[in-house]
Amino acid sequence: MIEVRDAGKQFVLHNQGGTVLPVMEGASLRVGPGECVALTGASGVGKSTLMRMIWGNYRCDAGSIRVDGVELRNAAPRDVLALRRDRLGYVSQFLRVIPRVPALDVVAEPLLVQGMEEAEARLQAGAMLAKLNIPQRLWGLSPTTFSGGEQQRVNIARGFIHPWPAMLLDEPTASLDAANRAIVLDLITDAKRRGAAILGIFHDADARAAVCDREVDVQGFAPKERAA
Amino acid sequence: MTEYNFAYLDEATKRMIRRALLKAVAIPGYQVPFSSREMPMPYGWGTGGVQVTAACLVPEDSLKVIDQGADDTTNAVSIRSFFEKVAGVATTESTADASVIQTRHRIPEAPLVAGQILVFQVPIPEPLRFLEPRETETRTMHALEDYGLMQVRLYEDIARHGEIARAYAYPVKVEGRYVMDPSPIPKFDNPKLNMSPALQLFGAGRECRIYALPPFTRVESLDFEDYPFTPSKAAGHDCAICGAQDSYLDEVITDDSGGRMFVCSDTDYCATRAAQMEANA
Amino acid sequence: MTPLLQVEGLSKRYGAHIGCADVDFTLWPGEVMGIVGESGSGKSTLLNCLAGHLAPDTGRVILDTRAHGPRDTLTMSEPERRWLARTDWAFVHQNPRDGLRMGVSAGGNVGERLMAVGARHYGDIRAQAADWLTRVEIDTARMDDRPSTFSGGMQQRVQIARNLVTGPRLVFMDEPTGGLDVSVQARLLDLLRGLVRRLGLSVVIVTHDLSVVRLLADRLMVMKDGHVVEEGLTDQVLDDPQHGYTQLLVSSVLHV
Repeated sequence: MIEVRDAGKQFVLHNQGGTVLPVMEGASLRVGPGECVALTGASGVGKSTLMRMIWGNYRCDAGSIRVDGVELRNAAPRDVLALRRDRLGYVSQFLRVIPRVPALDVVAEPLLVQGMEEAEARLQAGAMLAKLNIPQRLWGLSPTTFSGGEQQRVNIARGFIHPWPAMLLDEPTASLDAANRAIVLDLITDAKRRGAAILGIFHDADARAAVCDREVDVQGFAPKERAA
Repeated sequence: MTEYNFAYLDEATKRMIRRALLKAVAIPGYQVPFSSREMPMPYGWGTGGVQVTAACLVPEDSLKVIDQGADDTTNAVSIRSFFEKVAGVATTESTADASVIQTRHRIPEAPLVAGQILVFQVPIPEPLRFLEPRETETRTMHALEDYGLMQVRLYEDIARHGEIARAYAYPVKVEGRYVMDPSPIPKFDNPKLNMSPALQLFGAGRECRIYALPPFTRVESLDFEDYPFTPSKAAGHDCAICGAQDSYLDEVITDDSGGRMFVCSDTDYCATRAAQMEANA
Repeated sequence: MTPLLQVEGLSKRYGAHIGCADVDFTLWPGEVMGIVGESGSGKSTLLNCLAGHLAPDTGRVILDTRAHGPRDTLTMSEPERRWLARTDWAFVHQNPRDGLRMGVSAGGNVGERLMAVGARHYGDIRAQAADWLTRVEIDTARMDDRPSTFSGGMQQRVQIARNLVTGPRLVFMDEPTGGLDVSVQARLLDLLRGLVRRLGLSVVIVTHDLSVVRLLADRLMVMKDGHVVEEGLTDQVLDDPQHGYTQLLVSSVLHV
């Protein structure tokens, strides 16, 4: 489902004398349907970079990244957009939303984009928020006013509202209490059961142990001169 | 008659105006620019109409001049005497006897017939003027038949007053093409513009524009399907002199204590009817 | 699927000065494309060339018209282009005063495009105007008031309703949130996003505000000195800019 082969990435800082900063080299991994794979490695080694390359907001400069058969390297914007709409989900660490848009609408949006009726989409969004213990009185408020844990749960609700066949999870259980963490792990387990291919970053070792089938150490993808 | 060329204007000027008139007749409702001359009367007193009349007159013509329907008001009297002096043509107050009728803001009640020419005095020829002040833009709008804005004006009337409030200079569409200002005639007269056997010519002196409705031209007043055009007038009154029920009436204040009467605005129509009634009595 | 808009080799010079040069792109139905760059980068020139307000020197702008399929709008006659401007496409100006008739009621402003394409039933026109004013969150009790009595944000919403009432498929927007307070901007952005999604609109939006394009645009084109220096997916261009100018532009944004 998610297939990375020899992927490489470098940053060129044009405004700092054209400094070339290689950040990844020869990255390869596969995540099959129903499988959850954790990216591991020390902070700054490139876990988030690899996630972003798969999501498509970081350009892949070498090798190949395929999600559900779609090649992301040099992909046309519309192909990436279509992939994100239907087949690739992403729970980021931070919630980025338009101020003043109610939490319910934030969560319902991925469904609306797929053309679901507004009433039905809101109903499903409400059910998902309820599952994640966001009290109903908050649904009509903008998540920008929420606490960190509440924002993260809104983000997760949005990330799990549609059964994407491939999912990227960036620290989904960070800043959650034990009860909510258990709910999120259940969501991940359910997603695996329905056949989703999941690639995640989990700092929380217990969470990783609970849902992940394999680990891939990103340290091995560090550029050679830096790894030395 | 040695002091003036026939009908005041020199022949070259008449030729220029006639060319504009021919073009106007060829494109009904289209405003044709012409080189308006200084006339021995102020702007706003019918300089456009007078030039058109001068260009149309032949010595055999019989001229009638009306101002708001009346033959005996200042404007009508002075223009009539002007042409008596500079053209020496016969003049008449009878609509039926006239071959050329110059009018300010009315169409005679008696039906016009083939061969007659009705000349309108026009203060502002551009129907889109107060909606779009740029002349370059209004010309383009006419050229492209971009008339949504005209309809917006009527929409605004209904939104604000519950009906189309415009009572005079009510815009019309000519042969389904050009939107035209019919000069400040009451909207009561608008239906008379449609399919008239007479030739109708419009002259705007200050604005240097001439436009025309050839005989039997289709002229529709703009409206909405659910707010159709109605040629209304003062309701509930008959003419106090001739008793006419079908004519356009003027309200005349008769004393200082609120006394008033309604009489025909078309003096010839009223007088003709009154004379008939007397003869029949 | 047929592209909604295909732009090929579009250039416009002002004497020796380059307005925009060799612009090519393809816009698909339902896509929102942002054009960013600083003042004088040519983004407004490009937008005006696309919308037929300016005649470019070279190039083609092929629109998939509803009535006749793909047509080059630059070689169309003026009446055809004006007809398009009342039907297939719309233009939202930065300053509502440029896009509204300030002396005509809000309802009249919205109804004008309907009347311009031949609507002649007052009740229907009024009902549609009221419906659209409601969609842009303007109280219908105010539909007979003139926009001059409205706030800037309301005026901008009336302008949007006026543009969308005839169901265009392509909307050009020139800094639509430009003169508005930040809180009003957010509401307008949310409204625009909803309309884009519900109506399947394609949008070309010019702005210098990167947060506006981040929230609204699927794709981005970065312009400098009349040239497109970078284009791609919005979050890719903003998160991983490739061109030096884009890197400078992105790093110049203040984060709060």
